[in-house]
Amino acid sequence: MTDSLLQSNTPAGSIADKWDNYKADMKLVNPNNKRKFKVLVVGSGLAGASAAASLAELGYDVEVFTFHDSPRRAHSIAAQGGINAAKNYRGDGDSVHRLFYDTIKGGDFRAREGNVHRLAQVSVNIIDQMVAQGVPFAREYGGLLDTRSFGGSQLQRTFYARGQTGQQLLLGAYQQMARQIGLGTVKLWNRVELVDTVTVDGRCAGIVTRDLVTGEVRSHAGHATVLCTGGYGNAFFLSTNAMNCNVTAAWRAHRKGAYFANPCYTQIHPTCIPQADDTQSKLTLMSGSLRNDGRVWVPLNAGDNRAADEIPEAERDYYLERLYPSFGNLAPRDISSRAAKRAVDSGRGVGPLKNGVYLDFSAAISRLGKDVVKERYGNLFDMYERITGENPYDIPMRIYPASHYTMGGLWVDYELMTTIPGLYAAGEANFSDHGANRLGASALMQGLADGYFVLPYTIGNYLAPMLNKPVPGTDHEAFKTAENEARGRFQTFLDIKGTRSPDHFHRELGKIIWDRCGMERTAEGLQQALTDIPALYDEFKTDLRVTGTGSSVNQTLEKAGRVDDFFQLGMLMCRDALERNESCGGHFRAEYQDEEGEAQRDDDNFAHVAAWEFTGDPMKSNRHKEELEFETIHLAKRSYK
Amino acid sequence: MSNHLQNLNLKIWRQDGPADGGRFESYLVGSISDEASFLELLDVLNEQLIGEGEDAIAFDHDCREGICGTCSLMIDGQAHGPQRGTATCQLHMRKFASGDTIVVEPWRATAFPILKDLMVDRSPLDRIVEAGGFITAATGGAPDANIIPIPKPVADAAMDAAECIGCGACVAACPNGAANLFTAAKVSHLNLLPQGQAERWSRVEAMVETMDEHFGSCTNHGECEAACPKSISLDFIALMHKDYRRAKVKNRKLISQI
Ligand SMILES: Cc1cc2nc3c(=O)[nH]c(=O)nc-3n(C[C@H](O)[C@H](O)[C@H](O)COP(=O)(O)OP(=O)(O)OC[C@H]3O[C@@H](n4cnc5c(N)ncnc54)[C@H](O)[C@@H]3O)c2cc1C
Ligand code: SF4
Ligand code: FES
Repeated sequence: MTDSLLQSNTPAGSIADKWDNYKADMKLVNPNNKRKFKVLVVGSGLAGASAAASLAELGYDVEVFTFHDSPRRAHSIAAQGGINAAKNYRGDGDSVHRLFYDTIKGGDFRAREGNVHRLAQVSVNIIDQMVAQGVPFAREYGGLLDTRSFGGSQLQRTFYARGQTGQQLLLGAYQQMARQIGLGTVKLWNRVELVDTVTVDGRCAGIVTRDLVTGEVRSHAGHATVLCTGGYGNAFFLSTNAMNCNVTAAWRAHRKGAYFANPCYTQIHPTCIPQADDTQSKLTLMSGSLRNDGRVWVPLNAGDNRAADEIPEAERDYYLERLYPSFGNLAPRDISSRAAKRAVDSGRGVGPLKNGVYLDFSAAISRLGKDVVKERYGNLFDMYERITGENPYDIPMRIYPASHYTMGGLWVDYELMTTIPGLYAAGEANFSDHGANRLGASALMQGLADGYFVLPYTIGNYLAPMLNKPVPGTDHEAFKTAENEARGRFQTFLDIKGTRSPDHFHRELGKIIWDRCGMERTAEGLQQALTDIPALYDEFKTDLRVTGTGSSVNQTLEKAGRVDDFFQLGMLMCRDALERNESCGGHFRAEYQDEEGEAQRDDDNFAHVAAWEFTGDPMKSNRHKEELEFETIHLAKRSYK
Repeated sequence: MSNHLQNLNLKIWRQDGPADGGRFESYLVGSISDEASFLELLDVLNEQLIGEGEDAIAFDHDCREGICGTCSLMIDGQAHGPQRGTATCQLHMRKFASGDTIVVEPWRATAFPILKDLMVDRSPLDRIVEAGGFITAATGGAPDANIIPIPKPVADAAMDAAECIGCGACVAACPNGAANLFTAAKVSHLNLLPQGQAERWSRVEAMVETMDEHFGSCTNHGECEAACPKSISLDFIALMHKDYRRAKVKNRKLISQI
């Protein structure tokens, strides 16, 4: 049964009417009263920038916080492949319903129908809005927008801007927000990090930040706070996320009462450049769009050491085309990643460390010509060459799965509100729309949907009844307590004076999580991790070394705080994975698979969201459930054969 | 298989804070894989320094994929180092040899005060965008995206300009500390597109004048283009100047009609 705190508040009505019904019934704030409300937006990625710009345009008093030096550097900038929308410009049979269905199915039937349908509905407005902002999407010769296909879909509904879609979308949203900054309606706090959220009488009263240049700890009060702080893929240490992506904002809110949903739902992306050596600090994604024209293969026989061009066709195994004939190289990410792992584990890995599979463009080059391939993927090929020193026009690329995206995150209801009233989570930071697996090109869509087209409505509904009622200011003792705790916490890191750096611990923690809670999980492995992580965490607390001081730029100290939070999250990820006795999407438990090695869901017992309540120790958090109700879609086995 | 470079001598700028005078310090990294990136070299050195109880070297970085524009190092006197069209984070050690001495400094420009070591404050670039680097189109009212067909060459040219990652290498490379290439890239991205026409003249005026408040003047050295990791073309500067001159005339005309 659904826990009483976890009411989704999905509006009544048929699936297609829910969002309209919501908007018809919601409370409104008069335009002149909006400036009386202060909204704190943490994060300036697609979700944060679009929310801040839209809220300020409506008239709210907005403050934006980012640890980056400029809002334009948020990790959204790195998205390559594209953004989905149910525009059906190609007339290939797309519709809101189909995008809705594909997203639910792609998520292995573990997402909330109401939210996902709304996402599909507003997807069409996103493209309009972004074109109006001057995003130079790819065009056909006739001048109309071009689209392409992406993993997990048989339609061409993905809009793109060369291999830099995230960059162009973020610049669009950033510029829209920059206009408001110039007008004085958005106040920007750059190079500051949220280090705590503050609640008074059960409501979110604001946040505490640490200035990354001066070390100053400071409180900010607001009527509502929105966390748009991205995902936690860096828990694995090596991932495609930017170096500074972290879970701190979400985790600190979790410690203050926000439930954390489905932490074990993480996405391992099939097409990343394999690790080259031990000093490696991060992995680089080769956009999933490459699978449109590249063919994935490994040698048929284990131990085949010949160069790729010396292996004849008959001795190659195009395993995705073989196993999933209708989707082939475009099979969804979780499935493709596991298939790659199996190929490498069977001794058929390629490259100097035998830790990759080939992504081969020779067929595309002979079919389309080198120029067309270059036009489509030139910048990705160049990036590959800079990193590996190999030219992918001549030698097939080598790829391997890596941590990329996290479907889990702060639990939110239909209004994107967490279990703390007045605290919202949007973008990758929430758990809402992708169930147990996200389809390619759907994260950008969700971030912008949340920020442009959902929050501006739902926040008003919360604020309207608060008009002219006083809210706690930063002189409230709850803020003072939180400030002192934050100062004390960072001082503690400096005072341990042990022998190992935060990076050292992060690397070791990441390895445990990758080995035990990565692409394939077992009860035994997870139990081991739940012994190993707390043991390593104890060492962290007694043997950490942070040099420098707390009163100037100190990236070692910043990192210590982030790694501390990753430790606690890591325990929760493993506990969540252990409790979910089924396989679904990115969560693959080796014990639960069918004869063909495909994920076996258990809808009778696990068609729910697991939302965790912090109790002071992540090893003792309480698990709560939100039952998922499927009124429109029939639960089916997810097949891509 | 990866090879290792031995004995790299690093001369790195250390500066405690904005008020400190700063100095070069020498460090030795005994061994590093040629597969490592330049920033991974600094990671290795920082681990070494923390091991010795020293302050780690502060430097800005994030995506390490050449797209966020956060990394910003002067390597042997060249913004982003020796490889053309490549941001610091995408520079790999295979471009160096054992025994090399490598000099690493922060961006140096009057508009970019040093915060610590190799980290500078580039926020004046944001001020230029806030002055006019946008299209005014509030959320909600946009017409269908396909209502204005945009010829592919026009969209492509706008995209060429829009690729700028806002790193500031152009400013650091310029003997005058000018931000013309950055500003021109942003102006051109929007001024080339049909959606950008309504604000074309006010945009270029506001952006150029804000740029002039913060940065030095362009005297056509062209160092910016050579340093730019996205190879943004100098042609965009010409386009910006042309639009700026026309804007001045147009705006004067408008005023005379009042
Ligand atoms: C390499 C790569 C390629 C991708 N390609 C695609 C793609 O083609 N299509 C697609 O749909 N999705 C893609 N994704 C996923 C997508 O990019 C992200 O999910 C999405 O951009 C996240 O946006 P966001 O606004 O939620 O967060 P982010 O863009 O990550 O922004 C987070 C913001 O929060 C701030 N922040 C975080 N913590 C704090 C704190 N404690 N205090 C202050 N500020 C804080 C940061 O400064 C930043 O401004 C890709 C992801 C990766 C890693
Ligand atoms: S124009 Fe080039 S060098 Fe200048 S900020 Fe943009 S990308 Fe960097
Ligand atoms: S770190 Fe992002 S461009 Fe270099």
